[in-house]
Amino acid sequence: MSVRVLPVGDDALLVELASGAEAEALHAELLRRRAAGLLGAREIVPAARTVLLDGLSDPGRLASELAASDVPPAPPREQAAVEIPIRYDGPDLAEVAAHWGVPEEEVARIHAGTEFRVAFCGFAPGFGYLTGLPPRYDVPRRATPRTAVPAGSVALAGPYTGVYPRASPGGWQLIGSTDAVLWDHARVPAALLSPGTRVRFVPMGPAGPVGGTS
Amino acid sequence: MSDRAVSVVRAGALTTVQDRGRPGHAHLGVPRSGALDAPAAALVNRLVGNPPDAAVLETTLNGCALRPRSDMTVAVGGEPCRVTVDGRPVAWGAPVRVRAGTLLDIGPADSGVRTYVGLAGGIIVEPVLGSRSTDLLSGLGPPPLTDGSVLPLGRELVPHARVDVAPQPAPPAELVLRVTLGPRDDWFTPDALRAFTSRTFLVSSASNRIGLRTEGPALERARSGELASEGMVLGAVQVPPAGRPVVFLADHPTTGGYPVIGVVRAVDLAAAAQAVPGTPVRFVAVRRR
Repeated sequence: MSVRVLPVGDDALLVELASGAEAEALHAELLRRRAAGLLGAREIVPAARTVLLDGLSDPGRLASELAASDVPPAPPREQAAVEIPIRYDGPDLAEVAAHWGVPEEEVARIHAGTEFRVAFCGFAPGFGYLTGLPPRYDVPRRATPRTAVPAGSVALAGPYTGVYPRASPGGWQLIGSTDAVLWDHARVPAALLSPGTRVRFVPMGPAGPVGGTS
Repeated sequence: MSDRAVSVVRAGALTTVQDRGRPGHAHLGVPRSGALDAPAAALVNRLVGNPPDAAVLETTLNGCALRPRSDMTVAVGGEPCRVTVDGRPVAWGAPVRVRAGTLLDIGPADSGVRTYVGLAGGIIVEPVLGSRSTDLLSGLGPPPLTDGSVLPLGRELVPHARVDVAPQPAPPAELVLRVTLGPRDDWFTPDALRAFTSRTFLVSSASNRIGLRTEGPALERARSGELASEGMVLGAVQVPPAGRPVVFLADHPTTGGYPVIGVVRAVDLAAAAQAVPGTPVRFVAVRRR
């Protein structure tokens, strides 16, 4: 694993990796070290190809350690996938189908047949960047962002799927909607999705999950 | 309802509840938030006998007015301003005893941006993830004050400080921000790096709790293409495509896709929070500690 460690200010480090999978593995390893009391960091923030460590007491020493260390691949998560009920009714479904070169129903089938992982969070509390779709299904952002995207919109951009936790402006392509509550600060944990969480989208009929009894 | 409360008579342009923020949740997309001028918030808490993490009010430009429902000790700090009780001037930067039912008016800041109002017992709105701070980027915490709203207060714990006036820094005539370069300084041309650390920028009126925006020379990139989203720290100087640096303040996004040319030392950000639009800004490169 090739690791590049960049200092950030006086007490943070940005660790740059070759891929998102490596960033995920390093993130898991850093969480393990922090839980074991081997690493003092206030924030450990994974992103597309980096992990940021903030609030470090001795960033210089940690930088040399990280540059020299080997990171084992992320261990498989024991916990079950979070299931997010979805209606494939987004206004950009036809556009995404055109990008993929498939009929609209096929977008739903492919998307619901994919197991996703939360690579990282950002943009808004509880907004996860989900990876899992093969690269051939990357889609561009909309040329003109919408000024208001409804809460619960399920959307695609680049290699990612995301669910808008609350109404906000947004430039992603909307393929569906969910009633799942992505963020509730009165709940523990407040975020439904956190980095590393496995996710599946489960299609719903008008009256509930397809094939469900409730 | 307990009578330990204040009614908001005049909310002002933007008055928010702030404490030391909610660090530790950036991996969920939660900004740290908290008082922008942290030393001023700590000082008014100390003046009224509050612990350092008690919630205070942060006003913007034109202050606010409050009516206490019980006798209480208050202190106003941060930017100097005229403070009155029922129209009579009282001390700024010192504990003041205010009677129930009187009108405490915190006037416009004389020259800076933000004043802080410490209320003995602290504001005890419901905390979110351990903090009562209003986060304007993500909407966490209590909404900004509105006329007529009521803020509950905790009990006064200890006697207030015995001081006549506590010295506080004046707003900066010129804002000098010490900056360590990187992590993405290699995204900029040598000319841009020279301009960043030698030219004078101006504080833009588009500045807010999320970032101090600047006007001035555009910093040219040495490479094209997009940077993948990466984690952002407090004080990060992000440079959007237009080339004008933005210094990230407390409500900054936790990840971002524009390159960070350098990071401002955290202790310099209190002055950044008080610099009015039009204030000259210089970024001075310093070595990492």
